[in-house]
Amino acid sequence: MSPRPDLLPALLGLFNFVLVVITATLLYLLFGPNLIDTYRNQPVAMEQNAYRPGSDDNTTEVGQDKVVDGIHLQTGLIYAEGFNIVRGTCTACHSAKLVTQNRATREGWMEMIRWMQAKQGLWDLGDNEPIILSYLAANYAPQETGRRSNLQVDEIEWYILEMN
Amino acid sequence: MPDKKVTGLHELYEKDPIEADKLLWGRTSDPVSRRGFLQKSALTALSLALGSKMVFAENFPAGMIPAGLAHSDLPFSLPGKRAGLVVLNDKPINAETPPDLLNDLLTPNDLFFVRNNGIPPENIDVSSWTITIEGESANQKKTYSLADLKSKFENVTYNLTLECGGNGRAEFTPPAKGNQWSTGAVGCAAWTGVRLKDVLEDAGVKSNAVYIAYYGKDTHLSGEAGKVVISRGVPIAKAMEDESLIAWAMNGKNIPVLNGYPLRLVFGGFPASCSGKWLAKIVIRDRVHDGPKMTGQSYRVPCKPVAPGTKVPDDEMCIIEKMPVKSLITFPKTGAIFEKKNQLAIQGKAWTSATKIDQVDYSIDFGSTWSKCTLKAAKNRYSWQAFSADISFPETGYYEVWVRATDSEGKAQPMLLPGWNPRGYLNNACHRIAIKVS
Ligand code: HEC
Repeated sequence: MSPRPDLLPALLGLFNFVLVVITATLLYLLFGPNLIDTYRNQPVAMEQNAYRPGSDDNTTEVGQDKVVDGIHLQTGLIYAEGFNIVRGTCTACHSAKLVTQNRATREGWMEMIRWMQAKQGLWDLGDNEPIILSYLAANYAPQETGRRSNLQVDEIEWYILEMN
Repeated sequence: MPDKKVTGLHELYEKDPIEADKLLWGRTSDPVSRRGFLQKSALTALSLALGSKMVFAENFPAGMIPAGLAHSDLPFSLPGKRAGLVVLNDKPINAETPPDLLNDLLTPNDLFFVRNNGIPPENIDVSSWTITIEGESANQKKTYSLADLKSKFENVTYNLTLECGGNGRAEFTPPAKGNQWSTGAVGCAAWTGVRLKDVLEDAGVKSNAVYIAYYGKDTHLSGEAGKVVISRGVPIAKAMEDESLIAWAMNGKNIPVLNGYPLRLVFGGFPASCSGKWLAKIVIRDRVHDGPKMTGQSYRVPCKPVAPGTKVPDDEMCIIEKMPVKSLITFPKTGAIFEKKNQLAIQGKAWTSATKIDQVDYSIDFGSTWSKCTLKAAKNRYSWQAFSADISFPETGYYEVWVRATDSEGKAQPMLLPGWNPRGYLNNACHRIAIKVS
């Protein structure tokens, strides 16, 4: 049975309307939130050029437990012997950033551990202690920078300063 | 937009997704990863299909966003803080302000640095918040509500600089343990509240009073209930100064939660750790206070100078009181390139625990010659002061602009690091920026 000829334009119109609505909805679903977000205040990337290495990772692909360039991305800890024990022990209370920011000799690390045991509720590390200390002393050893180091010129982001 | 990851998003989500969710989404809106977008679209689709209200990221059920977001490398802002702060540590939260974001005369609330020792209190109810004055040297124990404070005592506003005692620690060799602050653990805000002395005197101060100590409502990282995170204070003479405040407002607004909402102490000129946050109790002591982080090596320097790397026993370490003279170049940001025909207009801030800054000088030849900057007076003591200078350069090439402040006690900043100390406090070495003249 063919439709009544006087209904055809109306049906076509309805069909077109539905098509437009569906397309618009699909487009919105695909891009809408992104579009809306481009009009929101966007976060500005932070710079951390002046900081010691080991505390940041500059990659964009971060997988569970991924290690890139010797750094465990989730924690920022250097992936080396003792890593698992250090990760398990030293990220229980604070983030690993407190570890990776710091540099000390084996003795210095031991003092920090003793201080946390005395004042901050850190438990007796038992057989793990020498493993943790070796890891810290090997991977987070002090660097000699003298009485004042140079500005890290190669890490500066140079830009043209507009002046009138 | 560069997409360097500098914050501990992963650490946050790894350890406690729900907590991270709350921290990131419950109180702030910010970046959404690609996967976040997809999830959002999926949810949008879902809600459209259901015909229900659209669901946005802030209402996402915990556990959904983290899956997408925890893998994002976009930086996030801390609750009540603008992106741009450099996060040194996300638990406890410690974040500093890059020098070029300190160019305002009063540091905006969302740019003020954060030094937390524990976890800030949650579900703060201002209407039931009280502060209690007690202690060996208090005549009585007395409790005030926030409304009592506001109505019973004169309300005052001062511009006061707060600087963490460890600001500049990152430069010390041998390295000092703790958060490796670069230059940005400092800010100056207009603080509104009541004078601490008015409140102390209302409760009654015995003549044998030596120190006041604070207790706040933050909780310890170890999760141990009742364990005090930090309880420091100041000598009674400092407590009695006109500018020593119990404050509830910062730049005319509520104090950000990370900076001590709803009530905190503010002592300009002393290490900021003296200015207790989430203030609940003040104890008037008949001795030097001995709470957590008052004793041992915390916020102390050797009583007598030592060689770098020296081990100093606890009983030879003295409490830091006054913060030294210091300054920052807040404009331009390091790395500026401009043509030789132009003069460079620098701006900055200088501060001291002395009465005022007397002079600020700049040098473009590593201290060989110094020229005076124009220096503005402060509204009150312990406020930082703005300075500026127009600098011409003799030749094209690489330069460093160094600035040096001198205070009314005749003390000036050193160009090299000042006396090494085991915990890396009080680095007031001159600030410098790199520029290229083309
Ligand atoms: C029981 C909880 C706990 C555990 C577990 C723990 N810490 Fe800590 N740690 C703390 C607290 C609390 C602080 C002080 C944080 C602050 O002041 O911001 C701290 C501070 C530090 C600091 C800075 C030192 C300073 O003087 O400020 C370093 C470095 C550090 N921890 C390393 C470690 C290492 C390495 C481990 C693993 C062996 C570890 N932590 C495990 C509680 C802990």
